[in-house]
Amino acid sequence: MSTPAIEVRGLRREFRASQGLFAPPRRVVAVDDVSFSVPAGSVLGVVGESGCGKTTLARMILGLMEPSAGEVLVDGKRLEGMDRLARARLIQPVFQDPFSSLNPRRRVRDIIAMPLVAQGNVATSEIDRRVAESLERVGLSTEQGTRFPSQLSGGQRQRVAIARALVLRPRIVVCDEPTSALDVSVQAQILNLLAELRRDLGLTYLFISHNLAVVEHVASEVAVMYLGRIVERRESGALFRDPRHPYTRALLDSVLTPEPGLGVPDVGLGDIMPDPANIPPGCRFHPRCPACFAPCATTTPRITSLEDGLVECHLAG
Amino acid sequence: MSALLEVDDLRVTFGGTAAVRGISLTVEKGETHCLVGESGCGKSVTSLAVMGLLAKGGKREAARLSFAGDDIRDYDEKRMSRLRGDRMAMIFQEPMTSLNPAYTVGSQMTEVLRRHCGTPRAQAVDRAVELLTRVGITAPGLRLGQFPHQLSGGLRQRVMIAMALMCDPELLIADEPTTALDVTVQAQILRLLAELQKDLGLGILLITHDLGIVARVADRVSVMYAGEVVESAPTAELFRAPRHPYTRGLLSCVPVPGKVKRDEPLGSIPGVVPRIPPGFTGCAFRDRCGFAEAACTGTIPRRNVGPAHEMFCVLPEGVPA
Amino acid sequence: MSTVLQPAGASNRRRIWRNAGAILGVGIVGFITFVAIFAPWLAPYDPFTIDLGRRVIPPMWMEGGTPANILGTDQLGRDYLSRLIYGARVSMIIGVATIITSGIIGTFLGVMGGFYGGRVDDAVVFAITARLSIPVVLVALAVAGFSGGASFTMVILVLGLLLWDRFAVVARSTTMQIRNLDYVAAARCAGCSPMTVLFKEVLPNIATHLAVVATLEMALAILLEAALSFLGLGVPPPEPSWGLMISEAKEYMFFSPWIIMIPGIALFILVLGVNLLGDALRDMLGTDLSR
Repeated sequence: MSTPAIEVRGLRREFRASQGLFAPPRRVVAVDDVSFSVPAGSVLGVVGESGCGKTTLARMILGLMEPSAGEVLVDGKRLEGMDRLARARLIQPVFQDPFSSLNPRRRVRDIIAMPLVAQGNVATSEIDRRVAESLERVGLSTEQGTRFPSQLSGGQRQRVAIARALVLRPRIVVCDEPTSALDVSVQAQILNLLAELRRDLGLTYLFISHNLAVVEHVASEVAVMYLGRIVERRESGALFRDPRHPYTRALLDSVLTPEPGLGVPDVGLGDIMPDPANIPPGCRFHPRCPACFAPCATTTPRITSLEDGLVECHLAG
Repeated sequence: MSALLEVDDLRVTFGGTAAVRGISLTVEKGETHCLVGESGCGKSVTSLAVMGLLAKGGKREAARLSFAGDDIRDYDEKRMSRLRGDRMAMIFQEPMTSLNPAYTVGSQMTEVLRRHCGTPRAQAVDRAVELLTRVGITAPGLRLGQFPHQLSGGLRQRVMIAMALMCDPELLIADEPTTALDVTVQAQILRLLAELQKDLGLGILLITHDLGIVARVADRVSVMYAGEVVESAPTAELFRAPRHPYTRGLLSCVPVPGKVKRDEPLGSIPGVVPRIPPGFTGCAFRDRCGFAEAACTGTIPRRNVGPAHEMFCVLPEGVPA
Repeated sequence: MSTVLQPAGASNRRRIWRNAGAILGVGIVGFITFVAIFAPWLAPYDPFTIDLGRRVIPPMWMEGGTPANILGTDQLGRDYLSRLIYGARVSMIIGVATIITSGIIGTFLGVMGGFYGGRVDDAVVFAITARLSIPVVLVALAVAGFSGGASFTMVILVLGLLLWDRFAVVARSTTMQIRNLDYVAAARCAGCSPMTVLFKEVLPNIATHLAVVATLEMALAILLEAALSFLGLGVPPPEPSWGLMISEAKEYMFFSPWIIMIPGIALFILVLGVNLLGDALRDMLGTDLSR
């Protein structure tokens, strides 16, 4: 079996939220004992609502944030202690907001060249050639390379971010909500571009999104996060056909497909909002769960293996 | 009887730039009319123009702009402001920006009622509690004493809706009311709006970029592109048989679980939304349209292509099905 | 909402007014800088030559004035225009030297605190608080006492080492905002070293804010120099500083008010010019730091 592109073991991250000068800081567990692996060349979609820890997870995998416990292996090598230049050659990000992800004071081609310049041993002519190649790859003209980000539209800016991520020819790209800030028609262009790049360059994606329809379109496997835990991880088709966790089902129900006449579904979650600073005992989803029964409030559910994935629910056991 | 809101040939300009270029729409009592389009198409400006809330420098012209049969084109700020609090109400995308962070939910809700309807304080509080309960907030008494930042996004939007309902409006204008919310909360809020509409007979003008929302809640849809309505039809009709090339393109861009296989490309519209210079004629979509022809630079005819189904295109029947 | 463009009419009129302010600011500061640089060629007389026979001659347009001394002479018979011209040098040198010194200190502290956060930031915040509780004039007094009298260098050092607080506050808060932006995260993922991130991603984006602070600090430094010189804690005589000129003239102000008004007006115009320049910069950047 080949080495997985990303492997995460027992990953945990806590934050301390200050509550004023004299009160002891509250502990907020953003990611709680998460393990998974992503085979090379596949796409793992991570879905969940705001505050579920998906962005924290992405930042730890990118090496932007130290885990409180556990470890991340990228291409079989431990991320901790890895040289930052070696890491940059392996894994690159594409962020959500194409307005804040590009330095407004640099020209597009300098933004794209940055990872190459940081390597320190690439000749200027080689940098120019690779930047031109990247621009072309994402469908931008040489002339657009001389502009500043403010002179481009949202979709064009996201193309620049993708070009920057690809210029070092990494194996893995972490996409954190790459189309959430874009219009639907532009979103379709960017999703098509990402799919094409993955096929042509053999990339592995960790694709984070709150939009299940988008994740269904791009991901081969989907992980559903709730309050820092992965509550269900399945092969994409199986998850959408037959969700096993009640939270996954609720998420799927709330996807509003453009099919008239169906009305707005009742997701049945009540109005209690998940709070990462105050995680319920037992199953962390039980206060909102429509299928909650006796053990849910007291016993933490175990991970149950299915033939096409995992689920963490008393009902599945 | 006339419709609740009638808009005919509405135009809005900002210092020579046309943001809205002659749109017409009606909202009947008890009906949800969705204005759908991408960012910059003028859908928000349209709603602000109807409410008389255009930013300084914005100029509004219309052949007809009437609310419940009354021409409101020449209303001064004072009359408009009375109308806004009372018979037409508005909710916005980010409730945090329209709630005052310095006052409690309760004082903001009762203030609306006391100012617009002169209701005494005790009665206004009763009404606030009743409405908070109505929008599905448990422990309304507790929420009244809280400040906006103490509420989650979904709760804030519920509070905004309750506040909009304080004076029993007839028309509710909702500008992307669920865009900032999580999907599960979005479904809850949209359900709530639909329920309230059924109970209270509200007319709703809903502005959104999300075709999924349109399909699920609208009775009638108008698709906007570059300041114009390019197609307008009853919801089922529009999704069954979209006729305008832009509508068709937009629908093909939306990923639907189970419709397009993984790794097969989604439909997409090439290019970007153009800048419309002053004095522009013809179809604004022609540069991105696969069906463009010479006639697209001339006057674009309005065509009836089905029951209550209108569109603006040179193709007599629109895009072939 | 991206279609809501800048409205025309009213705001155009405002923009023109602001442009007028900007032009005036640039004009004043440019003119005084020019005067300061070319003082030896512009001044009609040597500013230090005393002529006790020609004391307190009023400006030429007043009764008893003479075209030989356009702005008259001071209490020691020195040409007032020449002293005013050389005084511009003192003000400009103090202003520029102060913002360079305090700008470097404040920016360094603020960027470190904002970028690294945690303990480093706690230390920086403590330093800012401590600095804000030190009164500038008392420090000047103490330093003058210990070093046996005031001097030009001492004024620059006292002001430069004390006026960095606003630089630090602004650098810290803007760095904190930028540190959390995705382009900084992208630079770190690209393998850039912390120093590269600071110099290429953070500093260029806070530089414009710091430029606005620099104008505010320069105006403050010029005024403080005048105040210190007035109190005898600043530039020592016979150096022609505007503050010192006011101080030396105060015994004559009831009989010859012009003698105090001329350096006063010069000071006012320079500070006004620097502040207008700051306003113009702020408008250009669309930032408001006046809070």
